[in-house]
Parts: sequence; C-alpha cells; structure tokens
Amino acid sequence: MNAQTAVKSGDPAQTAERLVVIGNGMAGCRAVEEILARNPARYKVTIFGAEPRVNYNRIMLSPVLAGEKSFDEIVLNTEQWYTDNNIDLVSGDPVESIDRTRKIVRSASGREEHYDKLLIATGSDPFLIPIPGADLEGVVTFRDLDDVERMLAAAKSGGDAVVIGGGLLGLEAAHGLSLRGMKVTVVHLMPTLMERQLDEAAGYLLQSELESRGQTILTGANTKIIHGVEGKVVGIELEDGSRVKASIVVMAAGIRPATGLAKQADLECERGILVDDNMVTSDPAILAVGECVQHRGLCYGLVAPLWEMCRALADHLTDTPTGYHGSVTSTKLKVSGIDLFSAGDFSGGEECEDIVLRDASRGVYKRLVLKDNKIIGAVLYGETADGNWYFDLLKKEEDIAEIREGLIFGQAFTQGGNTLDPSAAVAALSDDAEICGCNGVSKGEVVACINNGAHSVDAVRGTCKASASCGSCTDLVEGLLALTLGDEVEQGAATMCGCTSFGHDDVRRLILEKSFKSIPEVMQELHWSTPDGCSKCRPALNYYLLCAWPGEYVDDQKSRFVNERLHANIQKDGTYSVVPRMWGGITTPQELRAIADVSDRYGARLLKVTGGQRLDIFGIHKEDLPAVWADLNAAGMVSGHAYGKSLRTVKTCVGSEWCRFGTQDSTGLGVKLEQMSWGSWMPHKFKMAVSGCPRNCAEATIKDFGVVCVDSGYELHIGGNGGIKVRATDLLCRVDTEEEALEMSAAFIQLYREDAHYLERTAPWLERKGLEWIKSQLLDDPATVPTLAARFYHSQQFMQDDPWAQRVAGDRRDLHSHLGAIGADQLEDA
Amino acid sequence: MAQDWIDIGATSAIEAGMAATVPVEGGEEIAVFHTMQGQFYALVNKCPHKAGPLSQGIVHGDSVSCPLHNWRISLATGEALGEDKGCTPSIAMKVEEGRLFLSRAAVAATRTQVPQKAC
Ligand code: SRM
Ligand SMILES: Cc1cc2nc3c(=O)[nH]c(=O)nc-3n(C[C@H](O)[C@H](O)[C@H](O)COP(=O)(O)OP(=O)(O)OC[C@H]3O[C@@H](n4cnc5c(N)ncnc54)[C@H](O)[C@@H]3O)c2cc1C
Ligand code: SF4
Ligand code: FES
Repeated sequence: MNAQTAVKSGDPAQTAERLVVIGNGMAGCRAVEEILARNPARYKVTIFGAEPRVNYNRIMLSPVLAGEKSFDEIVLNTEQWYTDNNIDLVSGDPVESIDRTRKIVRSASGREEHYDKLLIATGSDPFLIPIPGADLEGVVTFRDLDDVERMLAAAKSGGDAVVIGGGLLGLEAAHGLSLRGMKVTVVHLMPTLMERQLDEAAGYLLQSELESRGQTILTGANTKIIHGVEGKVVGIELEDGSRVKASIVVMAAGIRPATGLAKQADLECERGILVDDNMVTSDPAILAVGECVQHRGLCYGLVAPLWEMCRALADHLTDTPTGYHGSVTSTKLKVSGIDLFSAGDFSGGEECEDIVLRDASRGVYKRLVLKDNKIIGAVLYGETADGNWYFDLLKKEEDIAEIREGLIFGQAFTQGGNTLDPSAAVAALSDDAEICGCNGVSKGEVVACINNGAHSVDAVRGTCKASASCGSCTDLVEGLLALTLGDEVEQGAATMCGCTSFGHDDVRRLILEKSFKSIPEVMQELHWSTPDGCSKCRPALNYYLLCAWPGEYVDDQKSRFVNERLHANIQKDGTYSVVPRMWGGITTPQELRAIADVSDRYGARLLKVTGGQRLDIFGIHKEDLPAVWADLNAAGMVSGHAYGKSLRTVKTCVGSEWCRFGTQDSTGLGVKLEQMSWGSWMPHKFKMAVSGCPRNCAEATIKDFGVVCVDSGYELHIGGNGGIKVRATDLLCRVDTEEEALEMSAAFIQLYREDAHYLERTAPWLERKGLEWIKSQLLDDPATVPTLAARFYHSQQFMQDDPWAQRVAGDRRDLHSHLGAIGADQLEDA
Repeated sequence: MAQDWIDIGATSAIEAGMAATVPVEGGEEIAVFHTMQGQFYALVNKCPHKAGPLSQGIVHGDSVSCPLHNWRISLATGEALGEDKGCTPSIAMKVEEGRLFLSRAAVAATRTQVPQKAC
C-alpha cells in the first residue's frame, strides 16, 4: 500500500453526523474504535493520514528495527477494519488546512471534506537539533516506518552509527541498529541515560549493561556539528572537539506536539493544542487527542494517557461525558534482556524518604520514593515483576504505612504469600489495576472479556487487546485466565503433546525470551505435566534448544530417536543401514573400493543405490557400527545423515561441464551447497537439488530447496516435497551468482530452522505460513538475508563435526556395546 | 547350588534415561532400563508388535516408546499401553550395593518360552 490510497466504502449513512479525523495514528484510530464501540451508527467517519499505510502500533517500531517483529505483525487496523466499519481512509494525503467557518478540511491533493465534528490527532514531530549538518543525507529521525526503513537500509552495509539522545527512543534505536550489525555510539547531553525516567544508580546499571553489549555511551556530550562529504553524513563533532565516525546519525533528542495545522486555524495552542476535560479545543466543533494536545498544562509522550483521553473523548461524543483528569505514567524500556521500570517522581527532596534495595550479584536495583506514607515514585532495574503493583499503589495514593517494612521485597512478600505462586499476585491486584500498559487495559476489563467467552490468550488479545502489543504482560493475562476459568483455559494453537499446554511456537519463543537452556528447565518452568516428557516432546525440545543456543547447548542423546543416536537407520530386523555422504552424487574409485571392502568385512546383506544418489550398506549390527565408520572415515567419507532431521542429500545433474544443454556448473554448486549445510540439525529432513537447465534432471522442483540454472543465473525454488503428498516448489527469486544462491539457501534454511515446528517439512511449513510471508521475510529487507545466513554459518561451526569420527574416537562406547553377556553355563541348573 | 541372582554389572554403567542390552546364550536378549527417576527394569528386548529392539527406544516416565513404530510399553509389566495390545516378558531383577542382578530363573525361562505367550 504505497503512495496515495483511498479505501472508499459504499453507502455512507445519510443521517449520520460527519466526523473527520486528521491523523491515522494510535490516538486517532483508537478514538474511532472507542466511538464505534459505544454507538456505531452515530458518525460517518473519514480519516486522513499523512503516512501511506494503515494504522500500526508505533511503539513496536523498535522491535521491527531490531528484527524481532515484521511490519505485518504490528498492524493494528487492517484495510478490512476500515471497510467493515464503513470508514473512508485517505492515506498518504496529509490535511493542509482547516476552514472553520465552512467546516471543511483540505488535503494536499486538494480533496475537501465537510465535517460536523473534527478530531485532530496529529501526534508529535521529532525535534531536530538546529546544528550545522542536520540536513545531510543520512541524518534520520525515529518516528515512523519510513524512518525504520531508512535505518535498515543504512545498517545493511554495516559500519558506524551515532544516535543523538539517550532517552527511551534513542536507546531503542541504538539497540536495534547494533542488533543489525552496526557499531553504535550514543551521544547524550545529560550525565545520566534516560534521566527523565531513571535516577543515577539505575542509569549507571543501564549504561554498563549497554557498554558490555558493545555500544559506546558518551554522556554529558553535546553535538556541535554533523560533518558530511558530498551531502552525505560521515560523522559528528562534539563541543569538546572530539569526533565520532558515522554513516548514519539518528536524532532522537525529543519530540514536539504537532500543532502546525491547529495554529494555522487559530485554535488556542501553547506547547500543545489546548483541550478541556472532554478533549474539546477552543472551537467547540473541533476536538483533539494524543501527543498533540496539552491538557491541564501537560503534554504526554506515551500511549497509556492516550487511551484514557480517547475514552473520555468517545464518552463526550456519544453524549455521556465522563471527563479526562490527567494521567500518571510509567515507562518500560523495550530492549531485550534489560528489565527496567520507572514511574512517578523520584527526584526526592526534603519531605521524601527512599527505600532502596540492591543486589549487586544479580544486577538488581530497586528504589521507592515515599512521601506522607504514599509511594510517589519507583525505579526498578533488573527485576520489574512488581512494577505494576507499585504503580497501582502510586496511582491510588494508597497508604502504605502498614506494609512499609516489606514493601521493597514486593507484593508476594508483603502479603505473606508464596513467592512461587504467580496467580496469588494476580489475584491480589485490584479490578482497576492496569494489566496491559500498551493498550490501557485494566484487570477488570480483562476479566470481563474472559467472562464473555475469550478463553485463550489469543482470544483475549483479539477482543480487549491486552498483551496484543509488546506482550510483556502475557504472564498476567495467563494468570487471569487461570484464575477466572480454572481448568477450562483453551490453548490458542494445538499443544506440542499431552505433556504440556503450550504449543510449539510458544515454547520456541519462551526458550529464547527466558533463556531456557535445558530440557528439565523448560519442563520445570513451563509446568510439564509429566516428569520427563514423552517421545514426542523430548526430541522437539532437544532440537529447539540446539537451534536456539548453538555451541552452548549439549545435545541430549536420551531425547534422540534411535537413528540419530546411533547415526544409522534402524531396520525391521534390528540391524542398521549405513549411508556415507557422496557430495553432490559424486564418487571416486577409492570410495567405491572402501564401501565394497566394508560390505565384505562386516557381512552387509545388501548394497543399494538410494533415491538420493548414493549408496546404502544394509544389515550392520550396532556393535560393528564404529568399526564400519572407522574404515569409511579412513577413505575420507563422513556420515550422510540419511537418518537425521537434517540435511540429507543434494542431488545434481551433470551440468555445463558435460551436458550439451547445461547452462551452469550444477554439480559444482550442488557440492558447495552440501558442504555448506551438511551436519545441520533441522526441524525435519531437508533435501536440495541443482539442475543445470530447466529440463531439470535433478528434480529440483520437488525439493525443500531447489536450484534450476538458467543462462542468466539461478532460479531458487522452495517448499517442494516428493514424499507422501507431492508438492512442487514455489519460485522464491532469481539470482545472478553462485554466491548469492548459496547465501539465499543458508538464509532460507535458517528461517526454516528458527520458525518451523519440529517434524514439519518445508512444504507444510510454507503452506501454513504462506509463500508471501516467507518471501517478505527474505526479500523485503536486504539486510535479513545476510543476517539469517550469518546465524546459520555460526551454528554450522559447531555442527559440522562428523558424528561417525567422534564415535570412532571412542565417544559413547556404551551405545554400541552390551552391558554384559550371560553364558549358557550360568543358567544350566536353573 | 547355583545362586538365584546373576550379577550383570554396575548401576553406573547405564545412564538415567537409557537402556543397555544383555545377550543370553541360547535365549532372548534382555534390555535393562534405567529411568530418569532412578528405577531399574528388565524386559526381553523385543517389542510385542514386531519385535523391535525396545532398548533403543526413548525412555520416559515408567515406559519406553519402541523405535520401530512407536508403541508404548510399560517397563514394570511389559504390557503395551494405550490402544495397543500385547506384552513382553519382564525379567525380575534387583539392585544391591550399586550392582544390577537379574533373576536366574527368569533369564533361563527366555530359553524355552516364546516371548509373546509368556505373559
Ligand atoms: C534409502 C531410501 C530409499 C532408497 O533405497 O532409495 C529411503 C529410505 C527411507 N525413507 Fe525415504 N528414502 C530414500 C529417498 C527418499 C526420497 C527420494 C529423494 O530423496 O530424492 C523421498 C521423496 C522425496 C522427499 O523426501 O520429498 C523419500 C521420502 C520419504 C518419506 C516421505 C517424506 C514426506 O515428507 O512425505 C519418508 C517418511 C518420513 O520421513 O516420515 C521416508 C522414510 C524413509 C525411511 C527413513 C523410513 C524409516 O523411517 O525408516 C527409509 C529408511 C530406509 C533405511 O533404513 O535406509 N522417505 N525418501 C532413500 C535414501 C536417500 C538417501 O540417500 O538418503
Ligand atoms: C520508536 C518509538 C517507540 C515508542 N515506544 C513507546 C513505548 O514503549 N511506550 C509508550 O507508551 N509509548 C511509546 N512511544 C510513543 C507512542 O508511540 C506515542 O505516544 C503514540 O504513537 C502517540 O499517538 P498519536 O496518535 O498521538 O500520534 P501518532 O501515533 O504519531 O499518530 C499521528 C499520525 O498523524 C499523522 N499526521 C500528522 N499530521 C497530519 C496531517 N496534517 N494530516 C494527516 N495526518 C497527519 C502522522 O503521520 C501520524 O501517522 C514510542 C514511539 C516511537 C516512535
Ligand atoms: S518407500 Fe521408503 S519408507 Fe517405504 S518401504 Fe521404501 S524405503 Fe521404506
Ligand atoms: S515393533 Fe515395536 S512398535 Fe512395531
């Protein structure tokens, strides 16, 4: 949806009053949702948006930048929503003027729209520090999707980045850019990072954590000039004369309410557009919500207050005014692995008292600021579970005299509850305690929505939106589900197996989020209902952990299916078959001789050419396997993983070397693909093929990843399957060089490894996720392919270790030998 | 008089969650299992379905999943669990001072009895 689009809906209700909204952002759309929820027929709505897209969750741009979410995942209102609610969306076309006498707005494209009520929700503009060089190419802000795309484009070629501003926005930008491979320096004017939210101690902990992750943090540093060459930024110079190199400079030095339009229309403005408690401006027909307003002297820069404003606004526009009375805000930083919470006023002062708890070994710092026995401020670093509780006490101005002693240790402690029981903590929250800060949903609302039939986390997300944004409150929502429904909680997706109520996706996500490092840990933390799982979940967990922590997680042999434990295929008579790798289907006289010798020596009963272009030696006993492998190793052969959920074969045809139709060296590329990817553990088996021309003799179009060479390069195909249900591949893309084909293959494999469910081949995976999703993951952003490929190469460092050679060297002898033997003499007179 | 128990090795020779095999001259191979909870069990190493080597299955709780077609067999009784029907003879055993002992009579019985009909 680029450029100007207009989603035009038919049949505008003739009688309805006309509501025009300027700003298709978080507040504008939420206001409309709130109005529709109260009275869907009251207004005929038109929304103008400057951005050429539907409404999305702006706060999630940080995870998009960091590569943790895609744009599709952060869309709040799809085109369908506008159509379903009969809303005209005019996107990519900003409003340029308001004619208050004729009650008409006019857009950049010249479109005019009459209103009975006008709602201004234009948000904020990023503040550009007026220094020389601020207009150079490569100086960007961080406000909308276009900004994120500019940053990603810059990050693609790596190099150095400078972020000006060490507040929430700046640090999230820095985190994203450094995850994308840039070397980042944060330049912050004040002595402490996030000084508006953090005190010095917490700021220090945060700074050391970021520095240990490789960022350079310069505090008390004032940027003087941004230097450029040929109009492009090359670095910055600080007041003290020092310079920092940069190919991109992100200005995150603050925001200003976007009041331009309102001022032009002579509405009363100070820092923001002035509104009363019903969100009405100085013109009774014009209202305003969001970051652009100033209410009782305050402007806000977080979403929670917007939700309250939107409720008051909708109440007023549907004739049941309740009024907005201002908000107290709390902040969390969305940088993975850093838990930080801050709320209220912690500047301290004469009549204030502090309660502080530090636990250096765990990197925990907590500070509560009290005044007249009430909490007025809280800063938590390293452990933030009690944030919501403190925030609740703060907002309600609760007297804490009685619980003061244990207050700092948290809710569970003060209530004498069992610290290990999270549901007790949820139960203890009051009805109006905020559960989801991102979407402003209280405990009462979540419970009501559960009682109305939302019996799973997904259903709750779909109805009242709690935990639908950053997801940090998912635990609380789950707790409320359990509390409200007892055992009737439904799971969104099918569960992994009977041992758990979690689905594959959740388990994979939680392994990463919570850094689970072993199977017993996963089972413990996720409340497995069996002591040690079953033959379904154990191999799956083993794979998920291997994939998540390459080089760190130690493969668990007990959780391996026998073939993968013995590195051979078990046969119906209990013997094994052995398939050595034959790279790209190529062999040599020496290899063939070694295979023949082994077959003789160990009494193989069959030698067979497989469907995968190699030889299979049948009828080997488990005790003989190490000796067979030793002989094969000696001739230079390694395991073919014919038994593994891993790379199987790479079939090739003869290609341009010999074939009269061959366009490229298909055999050579096949060998390179196999050498790159052998040994990797995957959700299921994975097969590749390379054909030298579209005659496709290697059957590349029924492989998980198939290459068809053409004159101009290489066609890359994905998601084929020749097995139980035949599926031809889909074309992913065409590339010019062998290197690109190899890199794309690595990236595709890694995407599959990281996303698919255990025992899901690429074909069903592709059909579940959709070809478009896979394409957008790999093709939309040029930075993702190298990033995914790099993760694959990294994990291959630890995987490409021939398992046969390890066993030959004596590893796990116990698996190949008997415990003991009982002779006939021992049984004679029994 | 011969002893009633045959010492087949140290408990430490079998990792918890795994199994080991003991061939019997003239009789059935025996699988000795060590569960994650620390229990030891012995069964004839043949699945009641199509004689798959149970020693090579995945051990979980007090059961093992056969490596060939995934039947689940109770380690305590040798019986197939769930929908499947069938039974593998279990071999009486004991653990004493870190050593594993199989009942000599039970082992000897594998030389004469057809496993499927033994229970
Ligand atoms: C040996 C071989 C048959 C042969 O003699 O040619 C073979 C043998 C087995 N295949 Fe296969 N497949 C063999 C090529 C294939 C092919 C052809 C190919 O790779 O080009 C296919 C269709 C292509 C595909 O996978 O898309 C194939 C589709 C299957 C399937 C169905 C997979 C699916 O997604 O539908 C299974 C069942 C499974 O994996 O669950 C299977 C499973 C098996 C198993 C592993 C059955 C099992 O679980 O024990 C067989 C093991 C026999 C053994 O002990 O070695 N085999 N199997 C081939 C080994 C190739 C190699 O060198 O590694
Ligand atoms: C990267 C990032 C991370 C953030 N993280 C958090 C967080 O973790 N927690 C939190 O509480 N808050 C966070 N915020 C702040 C939060 O996103 C804002 O408070 C919120 O989006 C404000 O909503 P709004 O509707 O007032 O403005 P916006 O969401 O900005 O919407 C305003 C819309 O109006 C459009 N517009 C402007 N002028 C015109 C015009 N003349 N005609 C038509 N359209 C116009 C703009 O293009 C924009 O789309 C974050 C912000 C960013 C940028
Ligand atoms: S088609 Fe494959 S799985 Fe079936 S019998 Fe042949 S080798 Fe075995
Ligand atoms: S042989 Fe054991 S399940 Fe078939």
